[in-house]
Amino acid sequence: MMTILLRYVVRDVLRSKWLALYLTFFAAVTEGLLYFTAGEAKTVIGLMNVVLLLIPLAAVVFGTLHVHHNRDFVELMLTQPVSRPSIFGALYLGVALPFMAAFVIGVGVPSILHGVAFTAPFQALIGTGCALTMVFFAIAYFVGVAIQDKATAMGAAFLLWLLFGVVYDGVILGVTVAFADYPLEMATIGMIVGNPIDLARIIVMLTFDYAALMGYTGAVFQQFFGTTTGIMVSTLSLALWTLIPVYAGYRTFCRKDW
Amino acid sequence: MHRAYPGGENTLRHLLSVAANGDTIRVMPGVHRGHTFDIRTSITLLGQPGAVIDAASTGSSILLVNADDVAIRNLTIRNVAVSYVDDNAAIKVIQRQRVAITNCRIENGFFAIYLSKSSNCRVTGNTIIGTERDESNSGNGIHAWTCRDILVSDNSVSGHRDGIYFEFMRHGTVMRNHSWRNARYGLHFMFSDSCSYKTNTFEYNGAGVAVMYSKWIEMFDNNFQHNWGPTSYGLLLKDITDGHLRGNRFVHNSVAIHGEQASRILMHNNTFVRNGYGLRILGGCELNTITNNAFDGNTFDVTTGTRESNNLFRENYWSAYDGYDLDRDGYGDVPYHPVRLYALLVEQMPSAVILMHTAFITILDLTERIIPTMTPETLVDSKPLMRPSTMQP
Repeated sequence: MMTILLRYVVRDVLRSKWLALYLTFFAAVTEGLLYFTAGEAKTVIGLMNVVLLLIPLAAVVFGTLHVHHNRDFVELMLTQPVSRPSIFGALYLGVALPFMAAFVIGVGVPSILHGVAFTAPFQALIGTGCALTMVFFAIAYFVGVAIQDKATAMGAAFLLWLLFGVVYDGVILGVTVAFADYPLEMATIGMIVGNPIDLARIIVMLTFDYAALMGYTGAVFQQFFGTTTGIMVSTLSLALWTLIPVYAGYRTFCRKDW
Repeated sequence: MHRAYPGGENTLRHLLSVAANGDTIRVMPGVHRGHTFDIRTSITLLGQPGAVIDAASTGSSILLVNADDVAIRNLTIRNVAVSYVDDNAAIKVIQRQRVAITNCRIENGFFAIYLSKSSNCRVTGNTIIGTERDESNSGNGIHAWTCRDILVSDNSVSGHRDGIYFEFMRHGTVMRNHSWRNARYGLHFMFSDSCSYKTNTFEYNGAGVAVMYSKWIEMFDNNFQHNWGPTSYGLLLKDITDGHLRGNRFVHNSVAIHGEQASRILMHNNTFVRNGYGLRILGGCELNTITNNAFDGNTFDVTTGTRESNNLFRENYWSAYDGYDLDRDGYGDVPYHPVRLYALLVEQMPSAVILMHTAFITILDLTERIIPTMTPETLVDSKPLMRPSTMQP
């Protein structure tokens, strides 16, 4: 049942001009950076800045909107003998997967054409971009389902984006300033792992020789993320950031009186 | 004219003991085994193609120059014994004058060419290839201690601790050398006043070039590139006064110039491209003049640890400059502050470096640029160039 619903939702999303715009945007930015910027590091950094801000923003905005736009569809489906989990699953995956595919194609095609797609920085960038898509659509879905009013939901989603994308780093800086006299390496690793956007940024930056710029702290990070524990912890963090909002959204969805 | 053969009666050792001042010894093709060849008269030692002196990593130094006016040319010398007590070298010159070492090839020398308390010597056109060991287990490529008027030019040095090492030198000249893949520094200057180095290339060294505790150093037209690593830099200036840097290129170093206690230095027409830090001027760097340089695509153009700065920045090109030039005189109309707030934060709290390339930091830098509160007000280029000046040495 879920696959039929999923197919329907995907077809609906594919018709959206936003998805086409999203794909075109990533393709244009990637091509532009690869064409005009000298040096792989600069291209990846430029692209990384776009990916880290835009994917979460697009996901929270489009995800929240999508829930509200499909209220009638959901209500109709709920009158049918269809289980709630499969409706929720189809809605979440039906919007997250096309956006993920659009991102992969948008970045992937120009980078294949320029022959850099299989370098470590681009692989890391595409991988973390996919993870961020899943994470932030999950968060958007939870917000969209939990908050009834469309404007409030949008506001909350936007705030969350601001929190993860900007404010969190301010807090890290605050902590760094406040505890400047203490060894902060493990604490900062903890804080970085706690935020999917920061985690994605560090993973991408460690794939090229930027780590050397970061001196001792960079060396500590490289050592941590180079180990199996580091890889497992960061994967786990991204997985939890997807699963917890998905579960919360799913619970809310199942209990909600539509 | 003598001919030294690997075997028979006329061995190199025998001829060295009978040669008179002004004689020439031709070292004939073949492997001449042994070490501690003592040169006691003013002779010319001329290697024929295929002539090799091999110490097989035993004994002490290989050629000992104990006379003035000795010339050593075209020889291949290899396998110096490693010692932690003696500075064994392929060619060792102690308290001598006018010794010329030219076009030799030295392989696996512990120290390769070692000059001590000597003057008016020339080391030119040699190829020196060490066995890459770690810092504490290797010697220097060209080592000069307490010397005067030494010319080191056109050599290629790799695989040693320091490629070229000067200590207590006066009037040393280092030109057109290629010093690369050395464990510590490409070039290391200590307490060596009035020296100059020009048109050398230093790359892939452990930590680039260190110039310390010296005055009146001229550094012209050198290439410092690919000195990349957490503790690496292109050029370290420590306790340097009255130096002159002109026309040097710094490409892809984690820190291009790291200055501590560097004062009264004139720095102009240098290029800083794709470095992590362009100019890192820390405590006690005063009264430096930085003009007509190009800073292009460095992560941090200039960093400093203090709010105060009495260094003069003027007429440099900054790729990060976003001002305008309405009167079209080639200079931006808005002064440029090259120190970002974030650079200052990182200098004071190194672990803040993990926030590199975050939106928060971008916003912070932007705010600081509009309302400066923390970055040094006096560290400003009041007349930034709109395009890089054409390099005129």
